Amino acid sequence: MIGVGKIKQYSNVLDKPLSKGKQEVSLSAFAFLFSELVQYNQTQVDNIAELERRLEDAGYAVGARVLELLCHRDKGNRRETRLLGILSFVHSTVWKVLFGKVADSLEKGTEHEDEYMISEKELLVNRFISIPKDMGTFNCGAFVAGIVRGVLDSAGFPAVVTAHFVPMEGQQRPRTTILIKFAEEVLRREARLG
Amino acid sequence: MATTACFIIVSRNDIPIYEAEVGSATKREDVAQLHQFILHAALDIVQDLAWTTSAMFLKAIDRFNDLVVSVYVTAGHTRLMLLHDSRNDDGIKSFFQEVHELYIKILLNPLYLPGSRITSSQFDTKVRALARKYL
Repeated sequence: MIGVGKIKQYSNVLDKPLSKGKQEVSLSAFAFLFSELVQYNQTQVDNIAELERRLEDAGYAVGARVLELLCHRDKGNRRETRLLGILSFVHSTVWKVLFGKVADSLEKGTEHEDEYMISEKELLVNRFISIPKDMGTFNCGAFVAGIVRGVLDSAGFPAVVTAHFVPMEGQQRPRTTILIKFAEEVLRREARLG
Repeated sequence: MATTACFIIVSRNDIPIYEAEVGSATKREDVAQLHQFILHAALDIVQDLAWTTSAMFLKAIDRFNDLVVSVYVTAGHTRLMLLHDSRNDDGIKSFFQEVHELYIKILLNPLYLPGSRITSSQFDTKVRALARKYL
């Protein structure tokens, strides 16, 4: 068993110091666990949209916690109150802690003012996943979309977040784009804060 | 230690998830209710102020006779609110920061549903100990 004998035992979580966040987790262990999460949820649903929603909900719970932990640990108790601030927090701080690197790109949507995109050439959760033809546009990145939505929503920036495959020229595998569409109230508040 | 102090944690959905009377004054039910009333009345001010600064500790934001309301807003907009009659900003700040850390530990427990009541008795014991130490 991993870690047996190394970890000091605490009688309850409140006595245990908060983790410094330097430990790394084996990719195969994570991939195996994630595969089980997808498979289990697949047995519980009868359509793709429902499966995506369930993965998103699982991610949401992660996001809400990650926000609170990282603002305390990595940002020295500062909150994010601005739109661009929270987006770059997700793009760099959150990504680095969860996936070990910053996201490949953060862009503003060209057609709509309220849309932003975080793109990743090879999203960690999708590395060992290929989607069968009959599942259409299903993307396991829905889990990551859920994490992003959890962070944004908890910080007071409600948004609709979805994951999409975008084919890339000269590449066999499509990249994954996380599309963030903010609620109207967020943009109104941004305009007011100036 | 302060004679009067009332501490509550309000979730981002405006529901109180933890309450404690931590003053050394004798407990009376009507006084406790008044304290809660004052704290809840201050929530509107917090909502406006929270977006004007990125600091978590908002210092004293409201007063009622000789009682002062100090607030600490976490990244997830959970509000730690303290009603007190002492003037000890540094102690209050340390108190909030340590309770914030305790709150994160509670939140990271996968069996705790964010926004639900904190029922852990260890949490209660630790918060009261911190209040004795700092307030």
